[in-house]
Amino acid sequence: MTIAAIDSPQTAVPTELARGRGGGGPAPKRVVVAYGFWIFILSDMVMFSALFAAYAVLSGNTAGGPTGAELFNLRSVFIETMCLLLSSYTCGIAVLSAERRDPTRLFIFAALTFVLGAAFLFIEVTEFAGMVDKGAGPSRSAFLSSFFTLVGTHGVHVASGLVALVYLVAQVAAKGLQAAVLRRLLCWSLFWHALDIVWVGVFTLVYLMGA
Amino acid sequence: MDPQGPIASAERLLLVNSTGIMLVVVIPVIIATLAFAWWYRSSNSRANRDSDEGYEQRIEFVVWSIPALTVILLGGVIWIGSHELDPRAPLPKSSDPLRVDVVALDWKWLFIYPDKGVAAVNQLVIPTGTPVAFRITSATVMNSFFVPQLGSQIYAMGGMTTHLNLLADKPGEYPGLSANFSGDGFSEMRFIVKSVSSDDFNAWLEQVRGAGSALGEPGYAELAKPSIAVPPTTYHSVDPKLFERIVEQTVAGPRKMGGSSQPQPLTRRAGD
Amino acid sequence: MLGRLTWAAIPFNEALPILSGAVVGIVILAVLGTVTVKGWWPYLWREWLTSVDHKRIGIMYVVLGLVMLLRGFSDAIMMRTQQAIAIGPSQGYLPPDHFDQIFSAHGTIMIFFVAMPLVIGLMNFAVPLQLGVRDVAFPVLNSISLWLAATGALLINMSLVIGNFARTGWWAYPPLSELAFSPDVGVDYYLWSLQISGVGTLLTGINFVTTILKLRAPGMTYFRMPVFCWTALASNLLIVAAFPVLTAAFVMLLLDRHLGMHFFTNDAGGNQMMYVNLFWAWGHPEVYILILPAFGIYSEVVATFSGKALFSYRSMVWATLGICILSFMVWLHHFFTMGAGADVNAFFGIMSSIIAVPTGVKIFNWLFTMFRGRIVYKTPMLFSVGFMVTFVIGGLTGVLLAVPPVDFVVHNSAFLVAHFHNVIIGGVVFGVLAGINYWFPKAFGFTLDERWGKASFWCWLIGFYLAFMPLYQLGLMGMTRRLQHIPTPSWQPLLWVAEAGAIVILCGILCQVAQIYVSIRSRERRLDLTGDPWNGRTLEWSTSSPPPAYNFAVLPRVETVDAFWHMKRTGRPPAEPTYESIEMPRNSPAGFVTAFFAVVMGFSLIWQIWWLAILGFLAAITVVLVAAWSTEREHEISAAELAQLERAR
Repeated sequence: MTIAAIDSPQTAVPTELARGRGGGGPAPKRVVVAYGFWIFILSDMVMFSALFAAYAVLSGNTAGGPTGAELFNLRSVFIETMCLLLSSYTCGIAVLSAERRDPTRLFIFAALTFVLGAAFLFIEVTEFAGMVDKGAGPSRSAFLSSFFTLVGTHGVHVASGLVALVYLVAQVAAKGLQAAVLRRLLCWSLFWHALDIVWVGVFTLVYLMGA
Repeated sequence: MDPQGPIASAERLLLVNSTGIMLVVVIPVIIATLAFAWWYRSSNSRANRDSDEGYEQRIEFVVWSIPALTVILLGGVIWIGSHELDPRAPLPKSSDPLRVDVVALDWKWLFIYPDKGVAAVNQLVIPTGTPVAFRITSATVMNSFFVPQLGSQIYAMGGMTTHLNLLADKPGEYPGLSANFSGDGFSEMRFIVKSVSSDDFNAWLEQVRGAGSALGEPGYAELAKPSIAVPPTTYHSVDPKLFERIVEQTVAGPRKMGGSSQPQPLTRRAGD
Repeated sequence: MLGRLTWAAIPFNEALPILSGAVVGIVILAVLGTVTVKGWWPYLWREWLTSVDHKRIGIMYVVLGLVMLLRGFSDAIMMRTQQAIAIGPSQGYLPPDHFDQIFSAHGTIMIFFVAMPLVIGLMNFAVPLQLGVRDVAFPVLNSISLWLAATGALLINMSLVIGNFARTGWWAYPPLSELAFSPDVGVDYYLWSLQISGVGTLLTGINFVTTILKLRAPGMTYFRMPVFCWTALASNLLIVAAFPVLTAAFVMLLLDRHLGMHFFTNDAGGNQMMYVNLFWAWGHPEVYILILPAFGIYSEVVATFSGKALFSYRSMVWATLGICILSFMVWLHHFFTMGAGADVNAFFGIMSSIIAVPTGVKIFNWLFTMFRGRIVYKTPMLFSVGFMVTFVIGGLTGVLLAVPPVDFVVHNSAFLVAHFHNVIIGGVVFGVLAGINYWFPKAFGFTLDERWGKASFWCWLIGFYLAFMPLYQLGLMGMTRRLQHIPTPSWQPLLWVAEAGAIVILCGILCQVAQIYVSIRSRERRLDLTGDPWNGRTLEWSTSSPPPAYNFAVLPRVETVDAFWHMKRTGRPPAEPTYESIEMPRNSPAGFVTAFFAVVMGFSLIWQIWWLAILGFLAAITVVLVAAWSTEREHEISAAELAQLERAR
């Protein structure tokens, strides 16, 4: 059933039927879409846990190559982290503005979010390039393979988040803040916050504990 | 199954016991299924029937407790069995164990006798009644070291060492094999375990020391090349650090097939 | 320009792949030609390829699974024949190079492209109907899932003629699957086809968890859901929690192969056992992803054909959820022989045998459902009884394998092969075949022929016992799996019995083909006009056969478990319901077109044609973005139209 149909009040159910979990008939579309997206994020978290586990297993296997302590520059990682955390904040404001039907504020904060996300990616790519230059690329040791894969997968997620942001802002510009577009923006913000949480894990487990 | 050692015998006993415990439940279930299926067929006019709900809490209690009790019993069997038959645990025997280091190669087995200073390929001679303590690794892909009549198998893995303790009760020849698929020569990756009296074992050692070649780095590099169905050979002496170096991968490596998309032609030695 | 792809990739000098490739090619051309000559393309495109209707998608999944069953089964016959003749001095007719591809392809195809599409197809068809709703939560996503599964199947079949398949077994353990030991495209075919179809499976999981938890008919609380929906929920939760692990493991292996990383290599600190752990952290739940929906089907079938409510519905639900959770705590039993300590082995052994408790409860519940019932032996019920007898044997040997010291002597042996075929054929395949026979009249409006159906059941049952009981014995005698050449001549008689069993199963498959053919020819005589041919209990039987696109003109009100049974007993709802306008999803070519570009991308990645891979990827993403641009994905059916449609039926 398409969920728009369920949004309409005609399928509302008498309360005597609505007893128990989910007894009230199909849920409205905004609930269904957000729920589905949550499940997607959970599955993404499972994938990251596998990558974290791989990193935990391999982080000591440097095969005579450089260790994390020799490679990590906590100062730039800290700036990187701040960019991402701040972008979560601006993302929150952007979505709140969208909910208040304020496209101008939405555009401003979406742009800020984009800039912060791009700055994060720029710092990350610079860090990677520096390591490869020093001969500490992903094929040097199992430790570096798992490091580049874990951090890089997060980076790829951030990059695709930025593409999605541009795409959604274009939708807002073209169609205005329709219910469907708003739903997608909300899902996107869930995704962006989830990336933040993953990054907190990366920052702690990889950088702080590794350096 | 034809066990020829205490480990294999214990494992067979465990297999039989566990099967027995479960058959106590499984056989009645199969009989009941067939009986109910036959008796309650719709064309049987003599059967009593319930129209719909036939639910009773008492039955439900039984339904959960039968499998639960079986599994509790089996859980005990598993716990004790796992500890008694831990492949790493030394065997309780008066005599000192014979140490053997096992290396899986493409596609043959190398046995190094570290205390005797000799080595053999695709044949393992052991004294009857003496525990054998194996250290196992692989110079190539994953294999599994297995002599069915003596019991437990254990993986042979590159860069890692696993441990296994076995014992042969009687003299005889027992086939050994790899039990984990390792590529094109896998089916022929077999060896013979010869269980002989300790006099014969010492005689065999003397014979080995007096013949064949030494297993140093060049000999090993030659041996490590892929080959299928290699006849048993021996080495009169062996580099004492060879096993450790294979584990650490600091000795000339195993097959590297390079970038060709076609499999390399394989040399088939021996008589097939 | 074309990466690794050259004319040398096509094995002109080997008769077998070229011949079979030619036959498949001719069949495909004949089908495409017929469709073109008869002018069916517009119909196919409109009603099937772009359909987002869960029933159509389900049927297409089942067709995909059945076609791939033929491919996977021909591999099986070839293996059995090789093992039956390649004994002692004879090397048989398949060299190791070829035999190794065949058993790898057999396992991969049977799990990912037969069992998975069949199970997902039946869930697609039946779950929304049983829930009393009009579609799944995300219909377009559903179509994308289907076509990505088809993409994976196509890629794996391409390896038959262009290049070769993996020679590593269906788990592709490193380091054998690493570039150093498998430099050709085989493992890349394996990895990319499974990665692409895996995305589809994950999307299915998300879609169905959301559907079952959020879209149910009014009044259908959790404990009024049909058991099949419960098992589908558990299965899809497992998909969501397990498939990402497989994806991550494959990503690491791909990075090892393509970028020279060292996750699982022998050198530079790689750890091969990490792959094994990750693989089975997915692999064991996967077993339950397949078997739980089959358990659901048996629950529906046994209750329906015994004319009784399922014994202890609640036990069944809790047992299902128990299995769902336990399945994540047992993965180590796939490699007790790794050399872990006794405590670890004992823990995982005990956890594994604990799964036998909820499974045993299920068996008892079916048994007590039959007790004092009125059992009607249609084909689905025969498969169910055959399952109960066969599966307890598979369960017994499964628990034996969970006893670590026993596993030390039968690990990787023919005993193990017999065990998992026992539970997969006796459990999943029998369940799927029961489900197909059970829901076929709902899907097409006429019943399947019973005589051919029963013949196929007996062939499958007898064939199974003939084929796999000898393997149990051979495993105990020390025969390991995946042998291209058999060392011990005394095993030959048992191997010939197994070969005979495979041929009897082949007869079963042929009977099914005949069953479908005969039933279609005589469909006029076997029309099901009531919509309820078996005196069913759940909501799918309350609508017509085949159901209209919108399933239910008015969503049913649910007051009990076995909602339709209850409605039949208490009298139907009022004769002329009041219709209200509904909205239905529009067809979308997004799935089909995305999959087309996914094929291009997958093929180019395998052959390292990087520019084409990037183009294919960008095109696939563009299609998804274009499809996601629209906000008008539904069309409305007004109340008047609906009333007219309903009266016309």
